[in-house]
Amino acid sequence: MAAGANDASAPGSHAGAHASVRDLARLWPWLRPYRGYLIFMLVIATLAMVVQSVLPIITAALIDGPIARHDTSGMYPLIGLALLFGVLEAVLFGIRRRAMNISSLAIETDLRRDFYQHLQRLPVSFHDRWPSGQLLSRVTTDLSTLRRFVGFMAVFIVANLAVIVVVLVLLVRLQPMLGLAVIVVMLPLAFATRLYERRYNIEARRAQDLTGDLATGVEESVLGIRVVKSFGRRGQLLRNFTGDASRLREAELSKNRTLATLWTIIGTYPQLVLAGVTCFGVLAVAHGSLSKGDLVAFITLQLRLNWPLMAMGWLIAGTEEAVAASARLFEVLDTASDITDPVEPARLAGPANRPARLQFDHVSFRFADAGADTLHDLELDIAPGETMALVGPTGSGKTVLTSLVSRLHDVTGGAVRIDGVRVGQLSLLELRRTVSTAFEEATLFSASVRENLSLGRPEATDDEIAEAIEIAQAGFVHELPYGLETRVGEQGLSLSGGQRQRLALARAVLGRPRVLVLDDPLSALDVHTEAQVERALRRVLGATTALVVAHRASTVLLADRVALLDGGRITAVGTHSELMASNPAYRNLLSQEVRPDACLDANEARV
Amino acid sequence: MSTELSGEQAADPALERASAQALDQTSAQAVEGAEQPPAVPVGQWHGRYDRREAEDEPAPAALSRPRLDTEARQLLLELIRPYRRQVIILLIVVIGQVVATMAAPLLIGMAIDHGLPDAIDGNYRTLLQLTAALGTAAALAGLLQAVFLRRTGVVGQAILFDLRRRVFDHTQRLSVSWHERFTSGKVISRLTSDVDTLRELLDSSLDGLLLALLNIVVITVLMLVLDPWLALLALAAMIPLFLLFRWFSARSTVAFRRTRETVALLIVQFVETFNGIRAVQAFRREPRNDAIFEGLNTSYRDANRTVFDLHAIFIPGVTLIGNVATVTVLFVGGYRVAEGGLALGVLTAFLLYLREFYGPMEDVAIFFNSLQSATAALEKLALVLAEQPEVPEAASPVPLPRPTAGEIRFESVEFSYDPTAERPRTVLHALDLCIDSGQTVALVGATGAGKTTIAKLISRFYDPTEGRVRLDGVPLDELSDSDLRGAVVMITQDGFLFSGSVADNIAFGRPAATRAEIEEAARAVGAEEFIRRLPAGFDTDVRKRGGRLSAGQRQLIAFARAFLADPAVLILDEATSSLDIPTERAVQRALRTVLHGRTALIIAHRLSTVEIADRVLVLDAGRVVEDGTPADLIATVDGRYAALHTAWLDSLV
Repeated sequence: MAAGANDASAPGSHAGAHASVRDLARLWPWLRPYRGYLIFMLVIATLAMVVQSVLPIITAALIDGPIARHDTSGMYPLIGLALLFGVLEAVLFGIRRRAMNISSLAIETDLRRDFYQHLQRLPVSFHDRWPSGQLLSRVTTDLSTLRRFVGFMAVFIVANLAVIVVVLVLLVRLQPMLGLAVIVVMLPLAFATRLYERRYNIEARRAQDLTGDLATGVEESVLGIRVVKSFGRRGQLLRNFTGDASRLREAELSKNRTLATLWTIIGTYPQLVLAGVTCFGVLAVAHGSLSKGDLVAFITLQLRLNWPLMAMGWLIAGTEEAVAASARLFEVLDTASDITDPVEPARLAGPANRPARLQFDHVSFRFADAGADTLHDLELDIAPGETMALVGPTGSGKTVLTSLVSRLHDVTGGAVRIDGVRVGQLSLLELRRTVSTAFEEATLFSASVRENLSLGRPEATDDEIAEAIEIAQAGFVHELPYGLETRVGEQGLSLSGGQRQRLALARAVLGRPRVLVLDDPLSALDVHTEAQVERALRRVLGATTALVVAHRASTVLLADRVALLDGGRITAVGTHSELMASNPAYRNLLSQEVRPDACLDANEARV
Repeated sequence: MSTELSGEQAADPALERASAQALDQTSAQAVEGAEQPPAVPVGQWHGRYDRREAEDEPAPAALSRPRLDTEARQLLLELIRPYRRQVIILLIVVIGQVVATMAAPLLIGMAIDHGLPDAIDGNYRTLLQLTAALGTAAALAGLLQAVFLRRTGVVGQAILFDLRRRVFDHTQRLSVSWHERFTSGKVISRLTSDVDTLRELLDSSLDGLLLALLNIVVITVLMLVLDPWLALLALAAMIPLFLLFRWFSARSTVAFRRTRETVALLIVQFVETFNGIRAVQAFRREPRNDAIFEGLNTSYRDANRTVFDLHAIFIPGVTLIGNVATVTVLFVGGYRVAEGGLALGVLTAFLLYLREFYGPMEDVAIFFNSLQSATAALEKLALVLAEQPEVPEAASPVPLPRPTAGEIRFESVEFSYDPTAERPRTVLHALDLCIDSGQTVALVGATGAGKTTIAKLISRFYDPTEGRVRLDGVPLDELSDSDLRGAVVMITQDGFLFSGSVADNIAFGRPAATRAEIEEAARAVGAEEFIRRLPAGFDTDVRKRGGRLSAGQRQLIAFARAFLADPAVLILDEATSSLDIPTERAVQRALRTVLHGRTALIIAHRLSTVEIADRVLVLDAGRVVEDGTPADLIATVDGRYAALHTAWLDSLV
């Protein structure tokens, strides 16, 4: 059950299978919609090449014909033709580029969209494991590498290969022996290319991975800037960053060395062959087995191989980079989410606003790489409309437990049930519409207050929003410069911890969910505000089933019953006063003596 | 002329964008079908906000500014300057390569003209010599090419490395207030996407460009020698070429700038989504995010389209000018040959040279395009580099007396987060405050009373607008950064963790600490127990920002980190809010020992935390309204603290 995402190799551990052109072929579904454009580009490119080769022919005809005959009036038609073809070449060039722009950008945009959408649906466990810099470098650097390949290089590879083949065929036809000799002598070039191509592939992959690592380092240094400043660790971070940047530089340089060698071989070897051809050709002419004109034609033709061969060196590099980019992309796209909709989702009976029953039925949970269960054989039954407080020492598994309800993580044993239906049998949409969670960390996005409150429910009405704000005592939003339309979050107005927490609470109670999960929802509030929020919250809690993680007695008192979580199990359930009376562990957790000395005593007693 | 041009610029790109969008929409509809959510325009979800957005989004007037910032060019030159010797050597190498390459056709011609007759006569010496020369030239060209490619790689990577380090170091030097304005997503975008653009420029074939330029110079001279009049005709094409370059330069500057801005927005959305993935999934925000991302993705594509379409006119335009010029030369030259005024050989040579003249011109154009793109990115980077830290480090720092006592004094401190605004919101008003060394002071007050501001001033995230803050009598802005950071440490509520092990994160407080000291620090704050229970104990990887750890656990690690740092002044800003009561007690017990002989400032809503303070300051709207020991304040009739205390007692049940 926990396979899939959890088993996918962690980023950076890419030493595995060698990526190949097959990875590029997998891009086909994204290319398919634009295949018309791609074929069109190929046709235009071929046409442009024909036009290009016609131009010198016209020039030759002009020089050998009217100009040689001193016939000025005879020049006009040919000059006109040359002009026409000259303009045509530029126009075809422009058209091809235009088609390339449309298709390659569209393909890039589609890929980016699909990548983002896929990532959003991968489970939290995946995101905990993958540094976001690695994801970011894929969605920016790797995608533009692919765009360049698709729009530009793919067409040129085909065109170039065609030119090379045509020239070779012509060489053989012109002088079979010499031509075949050239082909045979050129063969080592293919081997060398293949060899360096493989090496380049591995190096390109490494460089791209290191680009991702660098991005991760940048992200952390920026998000953690306050900690860095507070401890004066600028030097340490700069050293780390310099290390990352040096590794990237080394990787880029080894790429560069491979490329320099490959290009030099591709550029030099044909020249050496040409020297040989010249020598033997001249000898053949001297011995009368070859005409002088044929030799000149042969050499001229062979010179035409130079540019396409040089270009191949460059195209090969681009292809290998695209292969690596594609492999990096599919590494993520191939990760299947293990938290998915069931094939035949069950439905919850009853009206949408009726509180539901929430059960933990022999629930166990273990992190993928952990040796022991975090939660073990846990039993808890919350009746419809009941509010259950969850109390336990730091690290007892409270936060994980809350994440099981809305399936941010899946149980590894047992089941969480809502109205008797396993949460895994509900569609994610229905489940997450039924369950609403306020996390201990109040995440705000850089968007308007309204957007932050409604998050996944853009259809929320103004009344619903007003009610949620009232319950969470978040009336301060009306005082903001643009009220609900004020942008908050990192790119907007910064709010205090208490304000953020109240917005997170408002977000959770919006639309009166059937099951409400609150993870320490009042920790950042001052006593006064806390009391107000509690009063308003009681109204909501009466009409919904709630699981509230609490550290303080005041929060616990919102609940009908309390469950004590210790060592991954529920060790006691009862009302606050019952547990205070009967359970020493609970008493120790919740009793807050006023005299500090008494605190110390209590603590010593525990230790 | 110039007014005409700029008028065109104002009207045209908009038109072009609009038509491009119309075109894209139809094609998108055709292929995507109905399954994709419609893109949401930014205006609908982004909300309104007026703050000066850290110079990044230029005013509308600046957007149409066609010339690239001189700062960008200057930055590029600055980056290249340390390597100018290598660049000159590279130039020489490439000239050698050109000469060696150009020798080949000449040698082949000689082989046929001279080697062949000799060979027919049975004398193979000339042929063999020429073949050897041909081989040598090829080998030399290859060797020089290899040297050139390797050395450009080294220089290019060195420049990139310098730039990365420089921007990184600079952003880290900039004050917290700058980071709050500029926002993390944009810094990330500068350091990744924008730097990448320069990499693309350096990757683009510099040898091609140098070869092209050399070719152009050499051929210009040759043509002028051959026939000045025909040469002038050929060179006349430089005028439309120049105009084309200028047109492209003006247009593409604006367009490239736009791609930099749209990609930054895209990156911000991307980073925020995946840093907040729990909320995204739990609240079913995926479809809404899909729609928002679609909008950003599309505007990035459109920005790219504008650039690429300019490119699709520019490059073929160069080809067109070259072709038309060649035909013109052919026509005029042909006419003169026909009339007998010009030798046929000269015309043929001219035509061959022109091919070599205009062909490379396209390489120059392509390079120019990369340069424009990189300059747009460099412009953004130059703006970041031009930012001055708002809390600059002292030029000639005053040493902090040792041992540091930790006495803090506020002298008529006034503070506003936006002092330059029309009506600045003053957070602190003429605050005079002395915190004796070794004193533990609790700050109490409602949200917005100025508690956190005081903490931020002591840790010098900000400087006061008026007045001074002194540590042991030395104004904070006269201390060296290392003295200040060694003496004052602040822990905040969020407990940020870096990737790495738990031990690494604690050691962040004191990198030189031994393992035993790290474990001791964890033990002191009561974090050892849960750390030992993690899969690999202290060596457990905390994963992305401690995704697996609860807020309480992260706070404990942050605490251990601060204990290890061993500062003279410790500031706790809601640093224990997510701890359970016994753990908080353990932390407090540890604090009693640890804070002995240290100055401490505690901000907390829970009065339980305040109990250990020697002194309580009640703040209201930026002013201290009550000041005394907890016991005294509780005893004050109608006192604010007394009221808070009563409310708190009630909440305890």
